[in-house]
Amino acid sequence: MPEIKVTPLGAGQDVGRSCILVSIAGKNVMLDCGMHMGYNDDRRFPDFSYITQNGRLTDFLDCVIISHFHLDHCGALPFFSEMVGYDGPIYMTHPTKAICPILLEDYRKITVDKKGETNFFTSQMIKDCMKKVVAVHLHQTVQVDEELEIKAYYAGHVLGAAMFQIKVGCESVVYTGDYNMTPDRHLGAAWIDKCRPDLLITESTYATTIRDSKRCRERDFLKKVHETVERGGKVLIPVFALGRAQELCILLETFWERMNLKAPIYFSTGLTEKANHYYKLFITWTNQKIRKTFVQRNMFEFKHIKAFDRAFADNPGPMVVFATPGMLHAGQSLQIFRKWAGNEKNMVIMPGYCVQGTVGHKILSGQRKLEMEGRQILEVKMQVEYMSFSAHADAKGIMQLIRQAEPRNVLLVHGEAKKMEFLKQKIEQEFHVNCYMPANGETTTIFTNPSIPVDISLGLLKRETAIGPLPDVRKPKLMHGTLIMKDNSFRLVSPEQALKELGLAEHQLRFTCRVHIQDPRKEHETALRVYNHLKGILKDYSVQHLPDGSITVESILIQATAHSEDQGTKVLLVSWTYQDEELGSYLTSLLKKGLPPSTS
Amino acid sequence: FQYCLSGHPTLPCNVLKFKSTTIMLDCGLDMTSTLNFLPLPLVQSPRLSKLPGWVLKDGSTFLDKELKECSGHVFVDSVPEFCLPETELLDLSTVDVILISNYHCMMALPYITEYTGFTGTVYATEPTVQIGRLLMEELVNSIERVPKAQSASMWKNKEVQRLLPAPLKDAVEVSMWRKCYTMPEVNAALSKIQLVGYSQKIELFGAVQVTPLSSGYALGSSNWIIQSHYEKVSYVSGSSLLTTHPQPMDQASLKNSDVLILTGLTQIPTANPDGMVGEFCSNLAMTVRNGGNVLVPCYPSGVIYDLLECLYQYIDSAGLSSVPFYFISPVANSSLEFSQIFAEWLCHNKQTKVYLPEPPFPHAELIQTNKLKHYPSIHGDFSNDFKQPCVVFTGHPSLRFGDVVHFMELWGKSSLNTVIFTEPDFSYLDALAPYQPLAMKCVYCPIDTRLNFIQVSKLLKEVQPLHVVCPEQYTQPPPTQSHRTDLMIDCQPPPMSYHRAEVLTLPYKRRYEKIEIMPDVSNA
Repeated sequence: MPEIKVTPLGAGQDVGRSCILVSIAGKNVMLDCGMHMGYNDDRRFPDFSYITQNGRLTDFLDCVIISHFHLDHCGALPFFSEMVGYDGPIYMTHPTKAICPILLEDYRKITVDKKGETNFFTSQMIKDCMKKVVAVHLHQTVQVDEELEIKAYYAGHVLGAAMFQIKVGCESVVYTGDYNMTPDRHLGAAWIDKCRPDLLITESTYATTIRDSKRCRERDFLKKVHETVERGGKVLIPVFALGRAQELCILLETFWERMNLKAPIYFSTGLTEKANHYYKLFITWTNQKIRKTFVQRNMFEFKHIKAFDRAFADNPGPMVVFATPGMLHAGQSLQIFRKWAGNEKNMVIMPGYCVQGTVGHKILSGQRKLEMEGRQILEVKMQVEYMSFSAHADAKGIMQLIRQAEPRNVLLVHGEAKKMEFLKQKIEQEFHVNCYMPANGETTTIFTNPSIPVDISLGLLKRETAIGPLPDVRKPKLMHGTLIMKDNSFRLVSPEQALKELGLAEHQLRFTCRVHIQDPRKEHETALRVYNHLKGILKDYSVQHLPDGSITVESILIQATAHSEDQGTKVLLVSWTYQDEELGSYLTSLLKKGLPPSTS
Repeated sequence: FQYCLSGHPTLPCNVLKFKSTTIMLDCGLDMTSTLNFLPLPLVQSPRLSKLPGWVLKDGSTFLDKELKECSGHVFVDSVPEFCLPETELLDLSTVDVILISNYHCMMALPYITEYTGFTGTVYATEPTVQIGRLLMEELVNSIERVPKAQSASMWKNKEVQRLLPAPLKDAVEVSMWRKCYTMPEVNAALSKIQLVGYSQKIELFGAVQVTPLSSGYALGSSNWIIQSHYEKVSYVSGSSLLTTHPQPMDQASLKNSDVLILTGLTQIPTANPDGMVGEFCSNLAMTVRNGGNVLVPCYPSGVIYDLLECLYQYIDSAGLSSVPFYFISPVANSSLEFSQIFAEWLCHNKQTKVYLPEPPFPHAELIQTNKLKHYPSIHGDFSNDFKQPCVVFTGHPSLRFGDVVHFMELWGKSSLNTVIFTEPDFSYLDALAPYQPLAMKCVYCPIDTRLNFIQVSKLLKEVQPLHVVCPEQYTQPPPTQSHRTDLMIDCQPPPMSYHRAEVLTLPYKRRYEKIEIMPDVSNA
């Protein structure tokens, strides 16, 4: 039985280090190649030795697909392709291809230059890695090889995020990456057609959350920022350079404008301006409203938001600072946090999910005394707020996507085990499909039942549909043909053509059956009685009485002869070919019942 | 079957009946009909209003309100009208889908979708739709802003038309000519379009699959593959092998076609686009150096991007950096902005720039440094900023409407000025006719990047279709150069040709059909 095998190397019952291996119809595809923010050792990258212990990965993988530019989905890519060794194609959308190398370089700088790690990938490796990338359009069918094709759908999570359909013959898998089912201030909602994949691999970050309306969250956020600024406090918003940052900037920008506020808003890191430029150039990937108005007013040109300088952090008075990275695990956001944490007037707002092990995760789970490097203890007095602005689908959204795509099986990744368990039950109840949630390194096997495509000769198709009553969807119909399996192709042709093609002589298989009938009359009279009888019953068939005394029903021949010993018994010879088996045996059983009493 | 609804080889409109699906391939609008009309001046033109009415040979003057004479040519004094695709050859409400190949080939769309009972879907790429909308907007705007009291119709009477001088006498189907559509009609038509991407496979009723492929001619321009499991029809329309700004042409996917329909070849097969661009630059520089102005009648999108890019590299070396360049069109700003956001539809070099991230077209820098300024019309800001000598890019290339009419009237009298024709769609002599006598210099540098006959024969050798179908114009040398037998399609078997209002039976033969067997059957 054909099967699809899925093994997560990362993101199995976990968030971070997304990397999922899929085997479908003899093709091996790797979905995402991410890093884990919670680890600084070997565990930060997926364990590629699972694929092969020795030898290059190129021999074992047909292609790699990257869903979007977040590092937990692409952070291990240069390590994978340049240090472990992979030369095959890597597919991603144009915006991802543009932004991915910048985030990778940023990541490399923090790791190597700031933390002083060695044996990490280099800038050159990032460049070499990106040369292997093939950019894809939305909805474009990319033929990876003759059998394997992939197709990207809009996912809405960040600029350029995509879901991918992987298809071989009739079997298919859809991988969602991270997605968002509700349009936000700068991106549209994820969309997929009813493609009925054998398997849908979906993220489940917010498996148990049903978020209240976006507007409420936005109002809450603005209120908190406003209050803190009013009482002279400083607000730190840790973000990743691209994604939520732009969303919240648009939000604050319009609020500042409307309320005529004066407190400065800063955006840390030199990436910002560049980042906003990407949004301007890839504006076709944003939502309807921004796309429609961009000629008059580009939403990514901010009036109130200025570039941040490290020295500003010590300035007195209120301010709002967006700083990277978003989970407070390193870099500028962590530095500012350490400076401001001691003052209860200040506030830190975490707008997104924090991976276990990060400072962000610790303070969100209520920890107020943090052990920093060098056994220093940092006491957190500032207010800590969490507000989910990360653009993941919530439970409702996940169910909605399943409804849209109508998969035969669902597999959950990119979420926490406990929450997945809950969602899994819900999915199985509501959609009556199997739902899986493998842990890292655990293989899930799904059996598929693909139908077999066959070429039918047009002559045969026309001939067979012309026989008998007109085709009717409700009634099955029998069709005769010969299936030729040759050179890995299947063809259904007429028996004559098959014989001719294969150079075979035709052999006929004929059945002849004797039916005894009590009838003292002459043979030709018996024949006439049989003829009249059949003619009366088989109204839809052509029944003929031939001059030589025999009777035909379609191609079945009936002859009446006298019994050699008993003159009162006549023997009917019913003869048919193998192809007419159905009618032949029907006629035999009909005649065995005897003839009706003669009227003459 | 194929029904040909337009006789214009570069503005095609064909209908294909394929596996019980009715597919319209492009709906081009033949605008050469407007050349028979008087220009629409933006400000009162004493010259045009004083033109004498046309008098028949026998002295009768009943047409002198409708027809005016200028330097021996006769023009209709009325709102310009367009020659529509054939609407009688088949019932257009039965058309299931319309496939658009590029923004020039969709200008008749509102006439089809809004007047024929059409209920189907239109497929086009995003740049095609966005830029097509701009072209339509400009067209509607330039005609609606000059309200014309008179609408001439007497001359269209068959008996009357017979008496008129050429070319009016020979104009075809004048009774079918229509006035321009309106913006609400444009919006309604465009709302019926479904956006598609290159290499996207679109299923039509489970019977036919259509796929757009990059054609290399313009932003988002496409050729189409129309196929079932066993037949493949390729529709090649407006393709280019030159490296300009769009993504290169996808040739490989055209292989193994049973039928290849070939339209939209270059209209100027004898001119080399690169040479023309060089001539354009040198003529422009010469005129400006002598203190004259340069007028470039053009469409608001397309070749203008390439011209601006050339000028960007050229102006400093030619010492033109202080000369202002003006781009005047109601959609100038939109066109310049839109060109920068279609990274995915651009050639490799431009894509790489976007990854940096930098704007793909250098006209962003020309605008930033104030060398290129754009205005919605000659009214308003432009009249304050206007400095001479200068270079003006503006439409419409037919010289019958749009801001260009004003500049022709303004600069036509001085031999210092030059008008440079770059768009190949209109004969420049015909375009100039109502402005004669003219002192202004006229330079003809048609830039048509579409396939020429040498490239076509190479392409056909490469993709080897079983049959080629093309407009009849391509099967014989151009009428003016009948000795140039190299200027026609040469292939084996010889191409099947068609002309306006002809129905053709395409030669494909099916032998197999696809079915699926349930796995249970195969197990038995």
